[in-house]
Amino acid sequence: MHARPADPIGPAPGAAPASANTPASAPANPPARAPANAPANPPASGVVGAPTAPAIEVRDFSFWYGDARALRGITMAIAERQVTALIGPSGCGKSTLLRSINRMNDLIPHQRHEGDILLRGRSIFDPQLDVVRLRRRVGMVFQKPNPFPKSIYANVAFGPRINGYRGDLDALVERSLRQAALWDEVKDRLDASALTLSGGQQQRLCIARALAVEPEVLLMDEPASALDPIATQKIEDLIYELKRDYTVVIVTHNMQQAARVSDSTAFLYMGELVEYGPTSELFTHPREERTEAYITGRFG
Amino acid sequence: MAPYASPDRAAAPPGVARRALARLARALGGGNVADRGYALVVLAAALVLPVLFGFIIVRVGAAAWPAVRAFGAGFLTSTAWDPVAGRFGALPFVVGTLASSLLALAVAFPLALGLSIFLTELAPRWLAVPVAFATDLLAAIPSVVYGLWGIFVLVPWLRVHVEQPVVARFGDAVPLLAGPAYGVSIFAAGVLLALMIVPFIAAVSREVLTAVPRTQREAALALGATRWETTWKSVLPFALPGIVGAAILGLGRALGETMAVTMVIGNRPEVPRSIFHPGYTLASVLANEFAEASGDLYLASLMAIGFILLGVTVVVNALARLLVWYVARRGRAA
Repeated sequence: MHARPADPIGPAPGAAPASANTPASAPANPPARAPANAPANPPASGVVGAPTAPAIEVRDFSFWYGDARALRGITMAIAERQVTALIGPSGCGKSTLLRSINRMNDLIPHQRHEGDILLRGRSIFDPQLDVVRLRRRVGMVFQKPNPFPKSIYANVAFGPRINGYRGDLDALVERSLRQAALWDEVKDRLDASALTLSGGQQQRLCIARALAVEPEVLLMDEPASALDPIATQKIEDLIYELKRDYTVVIVTHNMQQAARVSDSTAFLYMGELVEYGPTSELFTHPREERTEAYITGRFG
Repeated sequence: MAPYASPDRAAAPPGVARRALARLARALGGGNVADRGYALVVLAAALVLPVLFGFIIVRVGAAAWPAVRAFGAGFLTSTAWDPVAGRFGALPFVVGTLASSLLALAVAFPLALGLSIFLTELAPRWLAVPVAFATDLLAAIPSVVYGLWGIFVLVPWLRVHVEQPVVARFGDAVPLLAGPAYGVSIFAAGVLLALMIVPFIAAVSREVLTAVPRTQREAALALGATRWETTWKSVLPFALPGIVGAAILGLGRALGETMAVTMVIGNRPEVPRSIFHPGYTLASVLANEFAEASGDLYLASLMAIGFILLGVTVVVNALARLLVWYVARRGRAA
């Protein structure tokens, strides 16, 4: 089974329950040779958190910028309503992987990919699928806070407005700002420019803006790397809260952060998925030597 | 009027100016001889243009003084232009200049905006590069060539295919579109000017759009915006002040353009009542009549017209500077 090179197309329920690629049972060997036939109903045994079907399945996914290969046959299943951290040294491909999940990489000229990514069992590269609708389901928060130069209210309302939201917009804006733990700080100045906020507040505003679209998955690309420790703390608390309602995938440079906020952690190195497992295990008993070298600070 | 008091300087606290002066004094006073000489040379180079500008204002103002004394502020509102009787007024030229330039801007702005959006947001590289190059080339064509092309190609074409049909359909109902349509007109000048300023507006808009951070586009796309929504609701609002600045720079160029306009506008010193009537601009009347201006008052009146044209362009350019500065400041804040 483990030497099987090609991917079967589509989920194959019950085909290989023993090799289900949930974090707990992810094989430690290089994922290019790992089986990718993740069943629709993986076994519950040993799975961290809720034993539900994975929200996202990455299947033998490779990515190229021109001739440069950024990802090499990544296979992993990302669990529903959990925080999954992607760690690894600069240039290891963790941001590329994250940005593949909402097809943000489509904008880059001369890019191409192989393999597949499934969102709730359906390929995100399906030609029938509208990438605009995909991005409504998969929200994203970027490395540097990037609010629009508009009012706080208009920032949060941007997504609902372009998506033709018909409900109570005021209530949605308030709910999103509350979820992002920003409401109390801005409720009296919703009409002020978003640029008057501090960096940490701007980042929480960007989170509120993403939540206002009511996505299923929230991708976060080093959301705290441009922030001071106190603002970082707030974002981390927030991420912990968010997993009650959302599937969160976070890229981080900061291993302590990954250890603090995530349930599962994937270590990428040179475009390969080296190790993937429950965060507690990966940080205390890494199976791979490269993982141990990285988390103990010997390189990267 | 305070030309060249650029807004950021004007807004700078006095301490900044004092420190700058102190630095200049240090550079000129101390140090070795070569450095002092170097400081002097670059200071002289820096002063030449402001001094020249002041000199032009003073000389043109002085030469225009007899006309100002004779006609006062009424010079601006008078429609008389009768060199034989010695009565002069600038209104026909002011109206002709503003009308042809604003018409040019109205035609050129959507065209240039569409072009720059296409080049920065949509076009693949292999298409964007040659199209941008061709647009830039248009800016290099001498205006007299535009004028000749205007006389022999554009004006006859506009007369038959635009002016006459429009006059026939709307001429009676809408005074601004009334005939007769000779061809040479405010309208023809506006269209020709529009073609001339498109490359300028498009080039600056392109720069402004390129300067919009990629993260602003990604923010909109990640929220499920289409390309269209991303451009119109995220990129353009961010770039708007700069694009307005680009439009005003184009307007400034249209206001001062002389040769091509003179060749197609008709050169009739009357306030035009329809865009299809001939008109005259401040720059054209200077070009046409300066050489044959007999009499001191005639000459002084032309000088006064030159002064008005100078004033209009300075104001427009100051406005553009202000907007560009505003955009730069907001870019830093973001």
